[in-house]
Amino acid sequence: MWVAVLNKDHYRRISALIVKEFFQIIRDPSSILISVILPMVLMFLYGYGVSLDMDHIKIGLVMEDVSPDAQSFAKSLTDSRYFDVKIGRHRKEFDQDIVGGAVRGIVVIPAYFSQFRNRPGQIAPIQVIADGSEPNTANFVQNYVQGAWQNWLQQERISSNLKGLPLIQPNIRFWYNEELESRNFLIPGSLALIMTLIGTLLTALVVAREWERGTMEALMSTPVTIGEILIGKLIPYFILGLGSMFLCVVFAVFVYNVPLRGSLIILTLVSGCFLFAALGLGLLISTISKNQFVAAQAAIVAGFLPGFMLSGFIFEISSMPFPIRVLTYAIPARYFVTSLQTLFLVGNVWKLIIYSTLPILFIGGIFFFITAFKTVKRLD
Amino acid sequence: MWQRIYFLIYKEILAVWRDKKSRMVLILPPLAQLFVFSFAATLDVKNVTMGVLNRDHGKESFELVQRFKGAPAFTNIHYLPSVESITPYIDNQEGLMVLSIDEQFSRNLNAGKPATIQLIMDGRKSNTTQIVAGYANTIISQYNKDFAADAGAKQQQTVIVPRNWYNPNLLYYWFNVPSLSGILTLLVALIIIALSVSRERELGTFDQLLVSPLLPVEIMIGKTIPAIILAMLEGSIIILFAIIFFQIPFTGSIFLLYMNMFVFVTAVVGAGLFISALCNTQQQAILGTYMFMSPAVLLSGFATPIENMPHWLQMVTYLNPLRYYLIVAKGVFLKAMPFDIVWANTWPLAVIAVINLAGSTWFFRRRLD
Repeated sequence: MWVAVLNKDHYRRISALIVKEFFQIIRDPSSILISVILPMVLMFLYGYGVSLDMDHIKIGLVMEDVSPDAQSFAKSLTDSRYFDVKIGRHRKEFDQDIVGGAVRGIVVIPAYFSQFRNRPGQIAPIQVIADGSEPNTANFVQNYVQGAWQNWLQQERISSNLKGLPLIQPNIRFWYNEELESRNFLIPGSLALIMTLIGTLLTALVVAREWERGTMEALMSTPVTIGEILIGKLIPYFILGLGSMFLCVVFAVFVYNVPLRGSLIILTLVSGCFLFAALGLGLLISTISKNQFVAAQAAIVAGFLPGFMLSGFIFEISSMPFPIRVLTYAIPARYFVTSLQTLFLVGNVWKLIIYSTLPILFIGGIFFFITAFKTVKRLD
Repeated sequence: MWQRIYFLIYKEILAVWRDKKSRMVLILPPLAQLFVFSFAATLDVKNVTMGVLNRDHGKESFELVQRFKGAPAFTNIHYLPSVESITPYIDNQEGLMVLSIDEQFSRNLNAGKPATIQLIMDGRKSNTTQIVAGYANTIISQYNKDFAADAGAKQQQTVIVPRNWYNPNLLYYWFNVPSLSGILTLLVALIIIALSVSRERELGTFDQLLVSPLLPVEIMIGKTIPAIILAMLEGSIIILFAIIFFQIPFTGSIFLLYMNMFVFVTAVVGAGLFISALCNTQQQAILGTYMFMSPAVLLSGFATPIENMPHWLQMVTYLNPLRYYLIVAKGVFLKAMPFDIVWANTWPLAVIAVINLAGSTWFFRRRLD
């Protein structure tokens, strides 16, 4: 059995397999591509391309009323750093823009705005139309206009000495990311994706290739055991994975200035555990599919896409419907993203990190168990 | 000539279709992804868990907490015992937000003085917590208004009337499903084309094709058309699901959508052909496909809006076929997009398609010499 105690022969054979694997990695440019260049490209894309910071939302402002009241409200929008405002006199002017996506919302100050505002018993409406075809942006348009409006009201009250200042003043603090830089949590989260890519996609491809070309059978006809073959495959890719992890951390800290508040040693340990699970998934996929085409598709479907969509890296898990929330518990990346964001932004929060590493080890263990079970040393 | 191409197309479709595993891979995962991701990929904020530390004993603070409790977005409220418990509560992600009310709260309010409350948000999820802060602000300003009204203060005489066009309830899957029709079609088109060439290369059957009477252009056409057909089938299945199962309103013209989809798929297949022209093995082709796919998805405006990117990167997105298709898919589904805007997002795709196809034909020719 491959779980038996390792003796000298095991070491010799395993180290021979590792050396062979390393030569293959070095000689095949695509392994270098996936472990060095791809992480760099992805870091670059996540750093610049993926941003949830809405700074200059383009909106149209329809000024049907040009009274000083309307002007003063308009100024609160044009002065806001969140908006790029295009002013028009009629709603029709923006019809084309909102269908084509050139503006994300339209704010309408109706012709009767100042009349209504100054007449007792009447309330002057300001209509905010957001483009619902992008719900997140629409939410921000509504929130930011609401914010600008509240500021404006407060200014008006102060300047006209009206009674009734808002009595409760919320003092909102965003801990660990005061400047609200989405990059600070997206970059650590993206490390989970890069690790998945190396651990799962690369391993699945490499092992599937051995099956496809028949070299796995050749290996099996030698005295090496299945366990040795698996270990011989795992160690080189484990080292490769950790190597690109370090590269990414250096990139995150020195290029993107993401703070690293936790300890590097714990980060390495947690990443090691995650790699273990990712490699396990890669091995499992290749053992079942034995074909590079299927293995590549399966690695993307089972490893990468859930890592992107179900890990909480961009999309908030608590907002998902219940069955999908349950499904996320089976995704190792979900736990790893939590650890990464915590280690980078908060520090060593022991309880959280331990609770989010144990499930990874458990899931990884299951992957290996199934793989060992499926890889019976025989030719069928 | 057409007969030879026809046979090649027939052979290609059989090659993909006959293998049970590749057939499964083309049908099941995209549909499974459609169902899982259309509900999962949401930037909505619902089911928020929050902590409350209320050190005030007046009825005003009780009333405020009750309003949070009654709000549909806040589903779980934990009461924290002390100031010291705030940090571990946030750190361990037991909740997204803590509302902290101090001892002076009711006294200040009743004395007509401003009362400060603290809202502490988890910055590790600052997009989510910004939206949560928006919810909290709405509750608080409503409370202020009601409190001022009770105290007989002058009412504000303006009001914001929010409306969301095209998707009045901001249902996230109305945005997701049309977008996924583009992403999954892209995925299938790329994989089919890149692998059909590189697998033949690796197995040596590509050389056999080359020595056959087929011209290089005929081989190219014979490889391209099956990929276009299969990818458009995939797209059609997703669009059918979108309309029948997800009941997403389809307000525009199906003809315009297909016009754009056809050009989009051709451009993508051209890119896939380009990749396989550069690669020798399947592994390289898969990785090359991947290298193209991830920027294409990330810079398409799907996960995060293009407007948020730095200006120079926004320029780069004009090279991305998916960008155009996503605009048209959402537009035709939700916004009844007219011909001129669809056209403005179709001709750049045609340019990309022509460049990709011509470029990869040139590459193949050069390799033969």
